[in-house]
Amino acid sequence: MKSKPTFWKVVFIAIMGLGLYSTFIRFFYGLGAVSNMSDKFPWGIWIGFDLLCGIMLAAGGFCMIGAVYLFNVESLHSVVRPAVLTAFLGYVLFIVGLLFDLGRPWYIWHQMIYMNPHSVMFEIGLCVMSYTTVLFFEFLPNVFERFNLQTPIKWTKKIYPVLIILGILLSTLHQSSLGSLFLIMPSKLHPFWYTPALPFFFFGSAIAVGLAMTIFESTQSAKAFGRHLELGVLVKLGGALLVALWVNALLRFQDYLHRGMLGEIIKPSYEAYFLWLELTLAFVIPITLLSFKRVRLSPQGLYLASISTVLGFIANRLNIALTGFETYAGHHYLPKWTEFSVTLMIIAAGFALFGLAVKHLPIFPEERVPVRARLRAETTPVVAAAVLGHVAE
Amino acid sequence: MSKSLLYDATMCIGCKQCEGACAQQNKLPYDDNVAAESVQSEHKYTVVLEKNDKFMRRLCMHCEQPACASVCPVGAMHKTKEGPVVYDVWKCIGCRYCMVACAFGQPKYEWHSLNPRIHKCIMCPDRVTAGKQTACAEICPTGATKFGERDDLIQEAQDRIRQNPSTYLPRIYGLHEVGGTCTLILSNANVEDYGYPSSAKLGDTPMPEYTGRVLSKIPDFVPVWSLVLGGIYWISHRREEVAAAEAEEKNGSKR
Repeated sequence: MKSKPTFWKVVFIAIMGLGLYSTFIRFFYGLGAVSNMSDKFPWGIWIGFDLLCGIMLAAGGFCMIGAVYLFNVESLHSVVRPAVLTAFLGYVLFIVGLLFDLGRPWYIWHQMIYMNPHSVMFEIGLCVMSYTTVLFFEFLPNVFERFNLQTPIKWTKKIYPVLIILGILLSTLHQSSLGSLFLIMPSKLHPFWYTPALPFFFFGSAIAVGLAMTIFESTQSAKAFGRHLELGVLVKLGGALLVALWVNALLRFQDYLHRGMLGEIIKPSYEAYFLWLELTLAFVIPITLLSFKRVRLSPQGLYLASISTVLGFIANRLNIALTGFETYAGHHYLPKWTEFSVTLMIIAAGFALFGLAVKHLPIFPEERVPVRARLRAETTPVVAAAVLGHVAE
Repeated sequence: MSKSLLYDATMCIGCKQCEGACAQQNKLPYDDNVAAESVQSEHKYTVVLEKNDKFMRRLCMHCEQPACASVCPVGAMHKTKEGPVVYDVWKCIGCRYCMVACAFGQPKYEWHSLNPRIHKCIMCPDRVTAGKQTACAEICPTGATKFGERDDLIQEAQDRIRQNPSTYLPRIYGLHEVGGTCTLILSNANVEDYGYPSSAKLGDTPMPEYTGRVLSKIPDFVPVWSLVLGGIYWISHRREEVAAAEAEEKNGSKR
């Protein structure tokens, strides 16, 4: 990182600077000073985004591991390593983010001692901890190969089937349990979002977003690292995404139908506007786009559909964690800028670490010498791509 | 058998002595400014509200099956066998799930502390285990807040309603809500007007059951799902083995 300052490098440093300032406020003046959380709104974006969305966005790891190693879809092999890397970084950074949100983070290890098996939070904690360990082992071969350590490579190959099954099992459990977190609040969470089916929806959306994120990430990496974009892989993922979206949409529809909510959700209201936004981004736009074969076969079309899916499900989870509680609380919650800046800092750190890992480890092993970007001219530059590229340099 | 509090709003004169006694019991500051505050907070566990010359007290409901205790990942909240729902600060990691889960919005947080803890009415557990009544019940000059066995208090509340049907709304708030609570309320005004959630919204199902239905499946789900995943792995990789074996056979026959 010795090259001259570029626009995105400045942005990156600014994000880190503001984030560190907010970190200082958080740990020297407390949660009340750094956030707009209150007794009326005890959970803000650090739970709504960093926890709920962060873990969903890292779902690409278990989706791709499942596709390639469990179902033996050999053609998707090239996306496994970046997906596992993203997941591993995502989970580590989520744990870092949790240290900001917990009021007494120095007691986080109490989870291991004073276990309460009736608590969904405990179950999630246990799963996330175990799964991060599994991801670490799934990530390790990169390091072994980098230093050409043959014995450990042989060893990891032996235990890989166990790691794969354990990883998918743990993911199934905690991805759905994030939804179970809200099952205990039937009187508080708005009926648009409260449903006994929440754990199923959280698992379903994790798979859709896992696929969408892999498309997004492959496209971004192609741009940022000047890699050749494998259209065949993206097309396959796009098809799977379309199916996943239809299944999710159908389940949501059935849920509203059986709870007699279909009349409610089309009536304009504060919550309805947010619901419409979510449904449009998560279902209407990407399903429409992907229904055209022309779009399914074009990198830009797949890229747009995946971004819309990701944004839609982020909106969905923010609605569940934040919008859905506003009527009960009688209070509008808008995060303070310092809350945003901590979240941004964590995301930026994730991009930077991803860039570093790609630079130093065989994440994209099939291309030792990166070819020139073929996509660069075709899609508009995005913050992510730029930060990725420049930090890695 | 659990100890309970019966609050009869029709007997309350709004003197706020319960607020003061509560603050003293829990070593919290109490002066005219605090007395004027009409919301519960980390320094005010109970509050006496006034609306149209009618009073209403708010405090922790001490649910028979408390959501706060069930959600706490480290079990920092628990229901004692005497009735109070208490808090062990030394276990707490500060995740605030109890605050989000509580249907009555009772747990409050030290938002400006660097080592924040939860605050809520804990029904004076030391006094209760020592066989005494709570500080608020002891000081109440009219008996509006009464301490006793839950069954006895329910009996008494039902008697009061029967003897003076015109004085009361015909219901005991807390009798069935969320599976029953140890704070029981009699009134002639709707408790909902004072910020209590409506009985219809709460329902009679204990809150922990909503999560229990899912969590209780996990021990059965884990072995089944592992087997399914293992099976898929075996089948999908079996094809490779078969292909490899066939290829070998071919090579062998050629030779």
